[in-house]
Amino acid sequence: MTAAPEAAALSLDRLVRRFGAHAAVDDVSLEVAPGELVVLLGPSGCGKTTTLRLIAGFIAPNAGDIRLDGRSIVALPPHRRDMGIVFQSYALFPHLSVARNIAFGLEMRRAGTAATAARVEEMLRMVRLEEFAARLPRQLSGGQQQRVALARALAIHPRVLLLDEPLSNLDAALRQDMAREIRLLQQARGITSIMVTHDQTEAMALADRLVLLHDGKVQQIGPPEALHLRPANPFVARFIGGSNVVPGRIDGGTRLALADGVAITLAAAYRGSSAASLAVRPDSIRLGTPGQGCARAEGTVELCTWLGATVEHLVRLSPQVAILARGPGLGPDAAPRHKGGARVTLHWSAGEEFLFDAADRPVAADVVDTTPARETNDA
Amino acid sequence: MTDALARVEHVAVSLLVALGIALIGVPLVLTLYLSVFDEKLILFPPHGYTLDWYPAIPATFGAPIWTSLQLGVGAVAGSLLLGVPAGIGLSRHRFRGKGLVSTLLLAPLTVPGIALGLAVYMLLVSIDEQAGSGLTGSLVGLVLAHVMITTPWVVRLCIASLATHDRTAEEAAASLGAHPLAVIWRVTLPAMRPGIIAGALFAFVVSFENLELALFLTSPGVTTLPVAVLQYLEYHIDPMVAAVAVAQTVGIAVLLLLLDRFVRLGRVVR
Repeated sequence: MTAAPEAAALSLDRLVRRFGAHAAVDDVSLEVAPGELVVLLGPSGCGKTTTLRLIAGFIAPNAGDIRLDGRSIVALPPHRRDMGIVFQSYALFPHLSVARNIAFGLEMRRAGTAATAARVEEMLRMVRLEEFAARLPRQLSGGQQQRVALARALAIHPRVLLLDEPLSNLDAALRQDMAREIRLLQQARGITSIMVTHDQTEAMALADRLVLLHDGKVQQIGPPEALHLRPANPFVARFIGGSNVVPGRIDGGTRLALADGVAITLAAAYRGSSAASLAVRPDSIRLGTPGQGCARAEGTVELCTWLGATVEHLVRLSPQVAILARGPGLGPDAAPRHKGGARVTLHWSAGEEFLFDAADRPVAADVVDTTPARETNDA
Repeated sequence: MTDALARVEHVAVSLLVALGIALIGVPLVLTLYLSVFDEKLILFPPHGYTLDWYPAIPATFGAPIWTSLQLGVGAVAGSLLLGVPAGIGLSRHRFRGKGLVSTLLLAPLTVPGIALGLAVYMLLVSIDEQAGSGLTGSLVGLVLAHVMITTPWVVRLCIASLATHDRTAEEAAASLGAHPLAVIWRVTLPAMRPGIIAGALFAFVVSFENLELALFLTSPGVTTLPVAVLQYLEYHIDPMVAAVAVAQTVGIAVLLLLLDRFVRLGRVVR
């Protein structure tokens, strides 16, 4: 992927935005390379949309700086920031035709009639809506409207493309197509882009790098795989891949003691003696006889749910702790199903468990783990 | 049994609807009927019918009608100038004292017209005394007073027209390079078009048929149509007044129908 000449590097430097006493964006820093697509991901209220609105200039930060190719733009009003924005609600101008919508930014730049017409033509071709040029937005379907919004944002050769939940108003079937379309256009044009979403699948499909936000703070930044394979804290583990998080106490070795006297045997040994929490993804947990070097826990099946492609067991380890295990539901590798009340042994291997200390920092295992080398994560 | 009940219900509803139509329609029809009496006084039954009252209107009421038209146009212009920006501000921005501004702008609707007329009259007299101006009894004074009672309508209709408008369209325009004033001109105002047109229409009608304020503010050279009609009625009871009423009703109805072709009034006025 080569970056077009207009591609810019965007950097957020310790951004803070408060609403009253509440910090919606709390010390967020991020470097976006030219042509890169970074996805801001997180549950609602995590500050991702506020961050996007700060970049767009619709709101001003209480502290921090935003730079484009090293130049601060934090004092510039939105209309001088050269950012193309695609909104969740499309935000097309209802009284203007599709072509006039796309031409809007060019007219504001006094691009000239001929140049504007040519560019509009090009954009219409890009989103395959040539025959809809004269229509009004309300005469188009949701997907078509979103494509017009994308064309309108890209028509001005924006230095940065901002996408605010661009797919969430679309039908599920259309969403995949639109995601691919956005990704292809973004890559072909090498436009530095930031997308906001609460949908993990969407984030994984589009992102060069993910930024996971929670309570206005960055939890982890890295390629999607890194967040999967090396969660920085229990929140990341729980949000990405829906890990089980079990609080307990580690007493030097492989034993994690839970609050009510039950213990889990971990796959790796850990030094020290302190409160710790264990995170394991449901997909990592298997039911049956554990192999050599596996972690193990005993429990009683509470619920077995067969979902076709997968089968899920909710296994209670103790009155306070239940763990979800997920295995393939079909085919030769299908996991055996257990009825409620059955005693089972859960197991997983060393690379699949993550331990965090009382301050939610990762705890490294004493033994060298056996999983293949992974990409470094920069969080 | 239920059939009979349904029938009774149907009849009752029909009766009520007929009653409602009669309540509105009878005075109108009666006025129309009176306006074609060939009589100097309103006598019943009339000796004959004539349309002569209509061509006679300009001779008697020409000047007041002209004044009322000028006044209406002036009031519309003034209330749009004040009300449209106020509507945008009140629906798009948060600011200190917003509640107070909103209340003040809508307050004239809640004050009885006579009280308002007297107050405005006293205010204009004292302004004239202090500044040596001639606002009392002038068209300018009338326009200013009418702007006060027409602006609330414009403000309300503008706010209503923006309530359903997606404000991210304005952010999109800004991100595409539109200066704040260009955003208002190119995006906000077009979205408000039906509300602005309906507001202007209401303002005109309110001004044109206003009697209470005008009673205090007209002078021998500057008399509005409702005041002139009232003065005429003090000395004459003839079908001329009915003819004026019919002409006025038809004029405003035509205006409404024309406007409805351009904007669906029903969509703005709920």
